[in-house]
Amino acid sequence: METAPKPGKDVPPKKDKLQTKRKKLRRYWEEEAVPTTAGASPGPPRNKKNRELRPQRPKNAHILKKSRISKKPQVPKKLREWKNPESQRSLSGAQDPFPGPAPVPVEVVQKFCRIDKSRKLPHSKAKTRSRLEVAEAEEEETSIKAARSELLLAEEPGFLEGEDGEDTAKICQADIVEAVDIASAAKHFDLNLRQFGPYRLNYSRTGRHLAFGGRRGHVAALDWVTKKLMCEINVMEAVQDIRFLHSEALLAVAQNRWLHIYDNQGIELHCIRRCDRVTRLEFLPFHFLLATASETGFLTYLDVSVGKIVAALNARAGRLSVMSQNPYNAVIHLGHSNGTVSLWSPAMKEPLAKILCHRGGVRAVAVDSTGTYMATSGLDHQLKIFDLRGTYQPLSTRTLPHGAGHLAFSQRGLLVAGMGDVVNIWAGQGKASPPSLEQPYLTHRLSGPVHGLQFCPFEDVLGVGHTGGITSMLVPGAGEPNFDGLESNPYRSRKQRQEWEVKALLEKVPAELICLDPRALAEVDVISLEQGKKEQIERLGYDPQAKAPFQPKPKQKGRSSTASLVKRKRKVMDEEHRDKVRQSLQQQHHKEAKEAKAKPTGARPSALDRFVR
Amino acid sequence: MTANRLAESLLALSQQEELADLPKDYLLSESEDEGDNDGERKHQKLLEAISSLDGKNRRKLAERSEASLKVSEFNVSSEGSGEKLVLADLLEPVKTSSSLATVKKQLSRVKSKKTVELPLNKEEIERIHREVAFNKTAQVLSKWDPVILKNRQAEQLVFPLEKEEPAIAPIEHVLSGWKARTPLEQEIFNLLHKNKQPVTDPLLTPVEKASLQAMSLEEAKMRRAELQRARALQSYYEAKARREKKIKSKKYHKVMKKGKAKKALKEFEQLRKVNPAAALEELEKIEKARMMERMSLKHQNSGKWAKSKAIMAKYDLEARQAMQEQLSKNKELTQKLQVASESEEEEGGTEDVEELLVPDVLNEVQMNADGPNPWMLRSCTSDTKEAATQEDPEQLPELEAHGVSESEGEERPVAEEEILLREFEERRSLRKRFELSQDAEPAGSQETKDSGSQEVLSELRVLSQKLKENHQSRKQKASSEGTIPQVQREEPAPEEEEPLLLQRPERVQTLEELEELGKEECFQNKELPRPVLEGQQSERTPNNRPDAPKEKKKKEQMIDLQNLLTTQSPSVKSLAVPTIEELEDEEERNQRQMIKEAFAGDDVIRDFLKEKREAVEASKPKDVDLTLPGWGEWGGVGLKPSAKKRRRFLIKAPEGPPRKDKNLPNVIINEKRNIHAAAHQVRVLPYPFTHHWQFERTIQTPIGSTWNTQRAFQKLTTPKVVTKPGHIINPIKAEDVGYRSSSRSDLSVIQRNPKRITTRHKKQLKKSSVD
Repeated sequence: METAPKPGKDVPPKKDKLQTKRKKLRRYWEEEAVPTTAGASPGPPRNKKNRELRPQRPKNAHILKKSRISKKPQVPKKLREWKNPESQRSLSGAQDPFPGPAPVPVEVVQKFCRIDKSRKLPHSKAKTRSRLEVAEAEEEETSIKAARSELLLAEEPGFLEGEDGEDTAKICQADIVEAVDIASAAKHFDLNLRQFGPYRLNYSRTGRHLAFGGRRGHVAALDWVTKKLMCEINVMEAVQDIRFLHSEALLAVAQNRWLHIYDNQGIELHCIRRCDRVTRLEFLPFHFLLATASETGFLTYLDVSVGKIVAALNARAGRLSVMSQNPYNAVIHLGHSNGTVSLWSPAMKEPLAKILCHRGGVRAVAVDSTGTYMATSGLDHQLKIFDLRGTYQPLSTRTLPHGAGHLAFSQRGLLVAGMGDVVNIWAGQGKASPPSLEQPYLTHRLSGPVHGLQFCPFEDVLGVGHTGGITSMLVPGAGEPNFDGLESNPYRSRKQRQEWEVKALLEKVPAELICLDPRALAEVDVISLEQGKKEQIERLGYDPQAKAPFQPKPKQKGRSSTASLVKRKRKVMDEEHRDKVRQSLQQQHHKEAKEAKAKPTGARPSALDRFVR
Repeated sequence: MTANRLAESLLALSQQEELADLPKDYLLSESEDEGDNDGERKHQKLLEAISSLDGKNRRKLAERSEASLKVSEFNVSSEGSGEKLVLADLLEPVKTSSSLATVKKQLSRVKSKKTVELPLNKEEIERIHREVAFNKTAQVLSKWDPVILKNRQAEQLVFPLEKEEPAIAPIEHVLSGWKARTPLEQEIFNLLHKNKQPVTDPLLTPVEKASLQAMSLEEAKMRRAELQRARALQSYYEAKARREKKIKSKKYHKVMKKGKAKKALKEFEQLRKVNPAAALEELEKIEKARMMERMSLKHQNSGKWAKSKAIMAKYDLEARQAMQEQLSKNKELTQKLQVASESEEEEGGTEDVEELLVPDVLNEVQMNADGPNPWMLRSCTSDTKEAATQEDPEQLPELEAHGVSESEGEERPVAEEEILLREFEERRSLRKRFELSQDAEPAGSQETKDSGSQEVLSELRVLSQKLKENHQSRKQKASSEGTIPQVQREEPAPEEEEPLLLQRPERVQTLEELEELGKEECFQNKELPRPVLEGQQSERTPNNRPDAPKEKKKKEQMIDLQNLLTTQSPSVKSLAVPTIEELEDEEERNQRQMIKEAFAGDDVIRDFLKEKREAVEASKPKDVDLTLPGWGEWGGVGLKPSAKKRRRFLIKAPEGPPRKDKNLPNVIINEKRNIHAAAHQVRVLPYPFTHHWQFERTIQTPIGSTWNTQRAFQKLTTPKVVTKPGHIINPIKAEDVGYRSSSRSDLSVIQRNPKRITTRHKKQLKKSSVD
């Protein structure tokens, strides 16, 4: 039998000893330093799946000179509380050194909590309270479970960090390519397609496929990781924009006159004539909506699952050529020539909101994946980042020498701007912070002016379409390292894709649910609730939920005279009235106090003031 | 039970009442007697007076009506005697006479007592009884209250209800309290101790531990490699089997089927040897299954497919062949029937049948020489068989791989059919024997056949299917046994090692990892802040500027929209790419000038403000003007109702809530309601909730699998009630909940939880007891 471990004491394994000694297999509860591979190796083993650009810890110093890549700081870990070891003693004498369920860090749990406890509820009955308690307990349990499963997100985002004082923007692509492993280096490539003009490009949702269309009709789709070409055609018409639909099997191409849909073999499936002169395309994956902005000023929503046009909205702002979607709530952002950005939903004929962003026309709009920040650039050569959480105020502003013609956010919040033939990338401090526009994170120069930009999902790759073709850049830390295998799996097989397609279709969100706050569905429709109540009162002639008026109870014989009853009634009424008065008085006091606080108390007027001339 | 009790109580009550009635009756009767006596006497006197009226003052013998001390012998009363009454005589009996005292006492007692109330009328009595009965049943039923409460609050109910089993103690607790008592146990323990087997810790013996310790890393690695290999092999094999299962080739399946049939026959033979009775039964079953098949129209060439083929048959050789095949199959089955009947009729022998068969075969062969006739395969002559079997091996590689009949494979061609032929004969003879035995039985069996032939048939179908399945499973087992000896041979060793290899201390590993990470992160934290802080300090100055206007905005709105858009924003200065010239101040100024010139015409801000004002106006609720021109004053063209009147008839709209964009000068937020989205929202509060905030709180956590882990999702979506299919759900009984059944338990329950009896019940009880 093994000796019981001392609680709280944890001897870190000695490396040299471990390597020289024979390996000994042990139970997990055995006390001495455990020579597992993970414990002994200098760091946890990284299994590179080839999909994530994470430059390894360089062993050779000369690479380290250029860029030091460090690990992401981790959430502070909670200390495990030790219970009385005697109570846990089992029959075998061995004891579990980690009794009970594994602890969960509070911050992580907090992240998954969804009930807003800041709002104080009105007094509730016992039955209601029990229901509320059940709901809260459920929430806590599920969030703890979610926090536990956080452990499975093993991958960490890539990182690029200059030596002290070194500007990361000066690190060029060649340096990065040199530093990273071969598989990641292969993700940097250029396609020289000078013949067919500036290119627009789009990555599929899984980040595995890339489609691009040239102004002069060249349309191609390829599995860009393996560089396997799926199809390549020339539509013999100007291509304005190109976009994958829900999967890589369907491809929407906005051509000069109409919108066309091709499959991955390059076969034209549909020609949608109701969407004409389309300039920009956006696909809302959860609603299966293809949003098209046209030269005629219409924003059209096409439901690709049933092939119906859900809504055609007239923006009344002339030609529409700037469009982006908010991935958080599926609201479409349109940029207009009068410097405003309007937010649209198919359920409303008018824009949900209009924001005046620039003095000149808006050239580009991009919204980050959390729906918190919007970046806009205008003809006034300014680049602004707006807060979309209710205030719509610019957080930071920057004037760029030539102004940015294209903007894009990455999954982890990096902002890229294409200015002429230069691409600038800005990074934020953390994940939830907006990109700071002080210092660019990376810059790159291309062979021609930029025409299309998109970060590849789940990859540290930025795709740039320009007049000279397509460039795939390496941008460490751009992509989300952990993908949801059931939702968008880059490695999925055909069967899995089909399965996913069916499920996604079953879970399609109705188009009319698009609104600024996606959680509005979890709220009660108060207006119709109140109206219903009013109607009920009208119908019945009384309020069934009103508090019954106080009815004094009959007392002992002789004491229950009518006069006394009335007296008691009046007493209660007076008490209630007094309460009301007290409350209103308090409110008044509060108000006055606030006003008094707000007002700067100047010097008291003195009697001599009257003599002042 | 309750009825009984009721009756008892009623009885008791009525008895009480009778008792109460008794004294009253007694008293009544006494008073009546007295009254009667008086009356009689008076009546007597009246009669005397009347009789004395007629003048003849006749002397009449006085009648003695009361007790007197002097009784004359002539029966003469004292009346006529003329004796004077003395007071003393009168007083004498008043003195004390023992006999009167008792009566007096009784009288006084009666007088002191109040009059007894009248018995209650029937309705009232019944009401009381009802109340009492209600209370009692309510008490009895109150024992269910906790059960009902528990069931209502339970997260999940599983029906049929199962009794809660006592919690199973963990095995270690049981073991620690247990000692070897019987000699057998002691012996076993001795043995275990001798081999130093772990008694308490069932993990490793010292020997095993030692061996483990002795094992070097290389050894362990080798073991592991071996294991991996074995596992890989197994997986390959499994994959292969799976692939073979999916094969759609008809030919392959034909071959497989044949193989299976052979196997079945073989097994049958074996069974016959071992257990002839069972074999007989099986045979019968098979035969009946056949019969069933014959009854169906499966191979009658009457289906859709067959019809289509018939059209094609003229031109298509293959179609013709297929038709032929079908027909031949049908024939085979019908042939069976003939054979059976023949065997029934003529017990002669197998030769006849064979003779009968042979020409048929020949005919068939002549008729279609294209391919072998499937139904003849079993009984045809050896050469055709050989041809068939020679064809087989070419198509059989997969079959062989499957290992159905590897051992058979070598000696197949000749031996097989011999076996088959023998099989046939034996079967026939068996059947005959069986039929004889059946004949021996009375006609009862036949009757049953006739009556329930349908049932029998259905049963048989099931049986035959089962049989087939059995065969298949046996075959599969056999095949698996045949082909995985390799794997199995290697397995025993792994079985020892596997747990060890698999049971790597995962938790420790991860925790250690975590701790390490934590340490690293600590270092990083120490390292990181410095550059970040520096950066922030350097950035602070430019950052402040864009923030400043925002603060102001909150206080004074609309004014500094101009400010907002024209604030000087820092320009990018540190672009690493050399092609971008850094703009100097004057250049910047130039550019701004240019921009101003370019957009001089369209004042964006003013337009926007105008738009916003319009939007605000449009969204405001409108006042209703009810003034009618000309009413109460002069009307006509050019005359307007007075301001006073207008004011009087203007209904002001209530002021709505403040606009969301009230303090945001650069934003217009649409205040219109999204009706389409509202249609999806909840509009009626469910029962226990009184305020919509309460209800919202309960629906804020999503329950879909997209937002939750699998476990959480399952927990959140468990059904409230689960019923087992095919089980009868009986109403709940007292035993199910842990109460003793029977009437006594009721009382005990009540005593156990006296709180359950509400005050109202108590009151009623008191009342009833008083009554």
